[in-house]
Amino acid sequence: MNNLLIVPIGLPLVAAMAAVFLQKRPKLQLAVGLASLLGALAAAAALAFQNKHAGIQVLHIGGWEAPFGITLVADMTASLLVLAAVIIAICCLLFAWDPQPLAGHHRHYLFPLMLLLTVGVNGSFLTGDIFNLFVFFEVTLIASYVLLALGGTKMQLRESIKYVLINMISSTVFVVAVAFLYSLLGTLNMAHLSQRVAEAGQNGMLTTVSLLFLVVFATKAALLLFFWLPGPYSAPPAAVTALFAALLTKVGIYAILRMFTLMFSHRPDITHTAMIAMGAVTMLLGAFGAVSHSGIRRILAWNVILSVGFILFGIGMADEQSLTGAFVYLIHDIVTKAWIFILGGAVIAIAGTDQLREIKGLIRYRPQLGWMFLLAAMAIAGVPPLSGFTGKVLILKSGVEQGAFITSIIGLLTSLIAFYSLLKVFIGSFWGETLLNEGEQYDTGRSAVLPGLILCALSLGLGIGSGFVLEWVEPAVDTLLNPSAYIQSVLGTGDG
Amino acid sequence: METMIIILAGILFSIGTYMLLSKNLLRIIFGTGLYTHASHLMLMAVAGLKNGAAPLIGENAERFVDPLPQALILTSIVINFSLTALILVLGYRTYIETGFEDMRQLKGMDHE
Repeated sequence: MNNLLIVPIGLPLVAAMAAVFLQKRPKLQLAVGLASLLGALAAAAALAFQNKHAGIQVLHIGGWEAPFGITLVADMTASLLVLAAVIIAICCLLFAWDPQPLAGHHRHYLFPLMLLLTVGVNGSFLTGDIFNLFVFFEVTLIASYVLLALGGTKMQLRESIKYVLINMISSTVFVVAVAFLYSLLGTLNMAHLSQRVAEAGQNGMLTTVSLLFLVVFATKAALLLFFWLPGPYSAPPAAVTALFAALLTKVGIYAILRMFTLMFSHRPDITHTAMIAMGAVTMLLGAFGAVSHSGIRRILAWNVILSVGFILFGIGMADEQSLTGAFVYLIHDIVTKAWIFILGGAVIAIAGTDQLREIKGLIRYRPQLGWMFLLAAMAIAGVPPLSGFTGKVLILKSGVEQGAFITSIIGLLTSLIAFYSLLKVFIGSFWGETLLNEGEQYDTGRSAVLPGLILCALSLGLGIGSGFVLEWVEPAVDTLLNPSAYIQSVLGTGDG
Repeated sequence: METMIIILAGILFSIGTYMLLSKNLLRIIFGTGLYTHASHLMLMAVAGLKNGAAPLIGENAERFVDPLPQALILTSIVINFSLTALILVLGYRTYIETGFEDMRQLKGMDHE
């Protein structure tokens, strides 16, 4: 038992509720939110540290023992992802301090909702119960529905209706899949499920149910079923979009990673082959989308889809090397997507439009933003010493060793295309003679500098210190490959 | 009895799918409502209907009903109730702002 596990969920939740009552005082809201997130950051770091030295940390909520009550489990995977998510939330909160398009009373609810979204994301990472995962998914999604509609422009309302409908339907399918799973195995605890799947053997029924789960999580993660994503990701204010791009799809990816390593790992010929195929198609279509648009928001949104495909390629191959690569790339993607969306948002705010042909020469106005944008584009393309390199090398090496040549080639080509699409944004918006006269800028873009620098340092650190990072990722991948340690620490006796 | 309920859930799912595929926003919202009801009925039925006493210690019965599916359904009902309220408000507000209730008109333009 370790009560630290509740901190990354409970602290932002309390802060979010406090912030609702402080709605007339945005400065205090920001302070409360940042304080709670720093607390959650410390807790997540402590959890990662304890994982390294003392193994997996477990909390049986209310003292109900494992298969009966709800269990929170922090293995290294969950701890590191919570750590990354909290850092991103801090950066987005700092960036949202100056939310240009949100005026009046809408602004008062921005911080509480962003905190609630973080609560849902952290909960999804930490929970060890599949129905509780559904509940935390809903917490995340409900916060995102309101964030998407907050501001109430025509475009936001229109996109949020589609987004809410898609997610309501996929949540219903989630409940149906949970019902099937419960009727087949009679438990909802993930460790217990893993044990029973291994005992009973993963027969046709269970594989079918696992594919149903794959469809649900693929919809949430924008894997192949991504048609809903570009619209909603280009409607809300930049700080909200950055939070969405960094965290929302990643929760779906995490759920796939957890389900198909812990429970349904016995029939990779069906499930994992499907994942690799879906990943390959997602990469290709994402790349086509990224080059075919001329609005900054759309280009960035299609880049989110592209990287989801690449991570799923790594998860689908499921050996030690590829899982390490996929996990490192997942963390890198959380950081860099937030980074590039914050910078892109600043560009749009300064120019007052997101159409590339109407923006020019911003490098003279805010040089640090321009160079950071170039660095972020290079990180996403996987140029060493930035953070994308390690993950890409490991995944592609695995791909070549396992003979998945076509998918590996698609992975390489599409990362080049992603780089091209981002360079198009860089060249289009920062190069050339400026179209804006002195004092004509719509916004200073000042609020993007601090979070941009934090994320830049993080990306450089992840890249240069990749030896150190891999040392911390190793126990995470170990648990993913050998679920017995996870099962032992959740169901095992003698632990308090 | 379970078979009957499963068939009922199937019928609700098909009607829900039909309504989701229509163009009127209000019909689509009702469709999602039918979907969630169907999934709750299914969750209830696959776990077995009334095959023992109520799960209370004082009942002194041979068999007890599994209370977990009911707890799950209750949680899911609460979530879906709030979601339905949210999407009704969103739909109403969208209708007020744009004047459209047909999904074809809510498609959006490229130049935004």
